[in-house]
Amino acid sequence: MKKPKRLSDVIYYVFVIGFSFLMLYPILWMFGSSLKPETEIFSNAISLIPIEVDWLNYPEGWAGFGGFGFDVYFKNSLFVTGSVVVGAILSSSIVAYGFARLRFRFKKVLFACLLSTVMLPMQITLIPQYILFQQFNWVNTFYPLIVPAFLGGTPFFIFLLIQFIRGIPRELDEAAIIDGCSTFGVFWRIILPLLKPALVTVAIFAFMWSWDDFLSPLIYLNSAEIHTISLGLRNFMDAEAGTSWGPLLAMSSLSLLPQLILFMFFQRYLVEGIATTGLK
Amino acid sequence: METVKSTEVTLTPEEKKRVRKKSWKESFTAYLVISPWLLGFFGLVIGPMIYSFYLSFTNYNMLTAPVWTGLSNYVKLFTNDPRFIQALKATFTFVVIAVPLKLAFSLFLALIFNAGKKGSGLFTTIYYIPSIIGGSVAIAVVWRQLFGRNGAVNSMLDSLGLSTISFFGEPNAAMSILVLLVVWQFGAPMIIFLAGLRQIPKDLYEAASVDGAGRIKQFFKITIPMLTPIIFFNLIMEMIGGFMTFTQAFLVTGGGPRDATLFYAVYLYEVAFEFLNMGYASAMAWVLLVIIGFFTLIIFKTSSLWVHYDSDGGK
Repeated sequence: MKKPKRLSDVIYYVFVIGFSFLMLYPILWMFGSSLKPETEIFSNAISLIPIEVDWLNYPEGWAGFGGFGFDVYFKNSLFVTGSVVVGAILSSSIVAYGFARLRFRFKKVLFACLLSTVMLPMQITLIPQYILFQQFNWVNTFYPLIVPAFLGGTPFFIFLLIQFIRGIPRELDEAAIIDGCSTFGVFWRIILPLLKPALVTVAIFAFMWSWDDFLSPLIYLNSAEIHTISLGLRNFMDAEAGTSWGPLLAMSSLSLLPQLILFMFFQRYLVEGIATTGLK
Repeated sequence: METVKSTEVTLTPEEKKRVRKKSWKESFTAYLVISPWLLGFFGLVIGPMIYSFYLSFTNYNMLTAPVWTGLSNYVKLFTNDPRFIQALKATFTFVVIAVPLKLAFSLFLALIFNAGKKGSGLFTTIYYIPSIIGGSVAIAVVWRQLFGRNGAVNSMLDSLGLSTISFFGEPNAAMSILVLLVVWQFGAPMIIFLAGLRQIPKDLYEAASVDGAGRIKQFFKITIPMLTPIIFFNLIMEMIGGFMTFTQAFLVTGGGPRDATLFYAVYLYEVAFEFLNMGYASAMAWVLLVIIGFFTLIIFKTSSLWVHYDSDGGK
């Protein structure tokens, strides 16, 4: 009876490991090729391991072109993404607390509005938002990328936190109110500390999406000195297509590094965050 | 009835007033608490939606005031804009191929991992990585290189003695590499499926196997029906995501060759931010909303036929 089980195990592991290799091949290929000298990227295109390791692609890419190096792009991306993470945590936690715990008129209607915006295609609001931000003179600043995060711009986060707060016993709030806590005090002293694991999920998602974002920077950021990584890579790709793939791949690898490191540390939160979305 | 009434507290008008006042105060605090979202909802969603609806009936280039032109934007879209029709065609083709493929893949692997063999956690994690970084410019760069004329895929074909493919020159090939890029990111729906599979009570399977139902019968009679709410959710989310695909098409194929991958979102971007034709682009955005709404509605309406919820009484 044991033999067929072992055979199915072998098939399982061969398939699962082989498939992992296919899934990771593009990413590994990028890191591998970023260490190849220019000619080898084409002559030895399939291989993941460079014949001759060439670190020069990194300093060459880092220097960028047209006077703007990747130090500028990294700094801009870190600033925008950091602000978005702070904004997402602040706004979505307090709003989720309101929806999960407080009573108010039109709550049902507003909650339905919140839910429907989770699925609303952003193309609908893209153009008028652009016109609005232009009227504020915010085009070519970081505000259009950051301010929406402070205004609950990602309803998915609010939704996630509402679900989480519903799991916190109400007795805790009531005890705190009897002890003289205000509505805001309950949020600050009771809910927020208990919300930490869910807030980590929100923070990680906010980081990943903001770091990857391409369309908003493309629309709003014109001057090169405020470009983010996404735009920096795009400029590089367009300006030097086919000529210096080595530095371009080196910078692409670097741009993914923060995300991959965060993913390694916090993958549990990301997986849980995704898993819970489909179940409610 | 009678006894219930007698225990009920009757409020004097004075007390009623006080309760109302209290609930008003409560509402006010609550509105203060949710005010960040309220501001965003009205300022960045509802207000812009109304404005873009108005703009869709105008001619507006951001330099001079919008000029009311009635339905002409909508009429032109469907009668006098071959690129728009092509964008619709390309987007439909993409959604119809990529979404079912992605869902089938994610379900298949979720089933494999649900067996709970050793190390499945590690592998689900690995398969999830592309979902996280797949939309980035870095991956678009990689795709451009991998499928380039002298890229890894063509050298592989070459070393196998097969003829190479001009992935960016052939309409079907260009579409295929975009489909591949999106299907490659099946990790997120896979994890949602996996969470759904874990919610199916084990005793259902035990009862079925006592009744003599085999693996395949169990799959079609238990697993699939129990999973339909999750299939439904994933289908809607992936469909909406598919219609809005932008970054990949914009960066990897640039909409080409010959507009073969001119996805709806790419064309909308061009019209709005390259040609500064804001009125026309707004009309496009509303057509997109109607299209997505239409398909979502169809999926919702037909869902009663194929989606089973627990409250159906274990149907």
